[in-house]
Amino acid sequence: MFETIVPLLIDGLANAALIFLVAVGLTLVFSVLRVLNVAHGSFYSIGAYAAASLGLWVVGAGLPGWLTFASLPLSAALVAVIVGPLIERTLIRWAYGKSEAVQILVTFGLFLILEDLQRIVFGVDSFYEDTPVQLLGSIEIGGVVYLTYQLVLILLAAALLVGLKLFIGHTRIGKLIAAVVADREISQAMGINTNRVFMIAFSLGVFLAALGGALTVPQAGVSPGLGADTMVLAFAVAAIGGLGKIEGAAVAAVIVALARVLAIYFAPELDAVAPYLVMLLVLLVRPYGLFGSATTRKI
Amino acid sequence: MPLLPLATGAIIALVAATFAFPWLEFVLTLAIAKGLAALGVAILLRGGLISIGHAMFFAIGAYATAFAMRDFGITDVFALILISAIISLVAGLLIGAFVVRYRAIFFAMLNLAISMVLFSLLSKFYGVTGGTDGLRVGTPTVLGMVLEAKGFATFLFYAAIAAMVLAGLAVNAYFKSPLGEALSAVHTNEIRLEYLGIPVRGVLLVAYGLSALLAGIGGTFAAMTIGHVLPDMAYWTDSGHLVLVAVLGGISGIGGPFVGAAFLELVHTLAAGVTDAWNMIVGAALLGVIFFLPKGLIGFIRPTKKGDLA
Repeated sequence: MFETIVPLLIDGLANAALIFLVAVGLTLVFSVLRVLNVAHGSFYSIGAYAAASLGLWVVGAGLPGWLTFASLPLSAALVAVIVGPLIERTLIRWAYGKSEAVQILVTFGLFLILEDLQRIVFGVDSFYEDTPVQLLGSIEIGGVVYLTYQLVLILLAAALLVGLKLFIGHTRIGKLIAAVVADREISQAMGINTNRVFMIAFSLGVFLAALGGALTVPQAGVSPGLGADTMVLAFAVAAIGGLGKIEGAAVAAVIVALARVLAIYFAPELDAVAPYLVMLLVLLVRPYGLFGSATTRKI
Repeated sequence: MPLLPLATGAIIALVAATFAFPWLEFVLTLAIAKGLAALGVAILLRGGLISIGHAMFFAIGAYATAFAMRDFGITDVFALILISAIISLVAGLLIGAFVVRYRAIFFAMLNLAISMVLFSLLSKFYGVTGGTDGLRVGTPTVLGMVLEAKGFATFLFYAAIAAMVLAGLAVNAYFKSPLGEALSAVHTNEIRLEYLGIPVRGVLLVAYGLSALLAGIGGTFAAMTIGHVLPDMAYWTDSGHLVLVAVLGGISGIGGPFVGAAFLELVHTLAAGVTDAWNMIVGAALLGVIFFLPKGLIGFIRPTKKGDLA
């Protein structure tokens, strides 16, 4: 049993690490901007396409293979810098203060446009670029062989969680973000440029989603429909943890991973339904999520 | 402009269009099927609730039709519609009993969760549901008569128009009834309504059941038109499309969702020959409507005061 369940667990946690990156961005954007961005999953697939293109270019140009590692965060950063401000300044800004129905619809329209733009630019073929996985190879622990890349993903997600908490608690811009989340009007009255904070928080969210997408390319590649599938999983994770809760998203990602492992082990046909069953059960008991609360909204 | 001549004119135009272009018959039947579901979503929007999961009732209606034909040998078209309607209404009341306790984003998310559970179950239980391949739906009989596929398609088109008219009249009457007026009032000020002694959850449950019923009937029409049901009918993007169709057309009255659905299906069909980027056109149209035409496309024809989204 140990030999079968531990590799399943590592695989599940590695996937959870990527979904966590998307969900934490979604939750961050929601708590700062108070907009539920239905198009957030598209940033994941855009990041994946960008990373695949850049990685394939690096390999095709005959550059050293380790450069593909650098290409992953670089492509995510490029996506965040170009796409983030562009969308926040135009569409999302317009939706501030509107009803949820309008916000969901505006971002759904954006989702449809982004999905088709990707189809036009990258076609309907799948892309694979697995140099980083090959370079890292595999390691054997207790008689079981693991892909080192998957272990790196899990550690990276944990590091990003800690880094994000430190960023919000201990840097100037992070504290500004926390202040805007705590009270938008007072922050504005104190002279904080909330528009700038919104743009930075949104771009940070885009970066996290795009990074998740970039990191998925070496192990699973990218194909059409990735954005839509990721979006709804990220929703589930963010909702389970409580919208606006960073550590909630992390715990929820682990819970979803565990649920899927158990499902695969005992009832394989329940694998895909596990995340949504957990989401349903949690929301029925605690509509604000495991870490959420009805009144306060804090990071 | 008065409602009756406008609606009559629209229906005559629909029928005339299929005489000029026979291929429109399929497209418009499907549009009416989706329009029925979107009308259900529009009912909830009137109460200020947005559901990103309503495609589940569309799928429930469609699969109920497929199961009734495959497992119970029921082939009569009216029996199939009735069965699907009852099943989706019961499902709507059961699910509604849970979800009407929630508002805003939590309502949307909970509907999303339930619809994704249904989607995953439909795609995974291959033995029962045919998995991702879905199920075939044969040509039903009409009151004991066996029609060939083409004749049935024409029959279904007129049946869909009849269903649209009946649903339109029923929902119109509902909107004007005390229950329907209470639904708009939930949107305006829920607490005041509670103070007046009106059970808000009961009002919403009726609306939710009605919207599930309409979506289910739309689903059974879609199943019979396409001749196939797929788990994708319950996927979250399809739920998004239903909300999109409702808002695109306009939620102020009963005509809007059908106008929106016709627009969506026509863009889909016309763009298919040129590009598969039809979603982009639809998405851009949605943004255009939200930004510039808060009453929806139908606002061009019938400017009304009621039914703003925000």
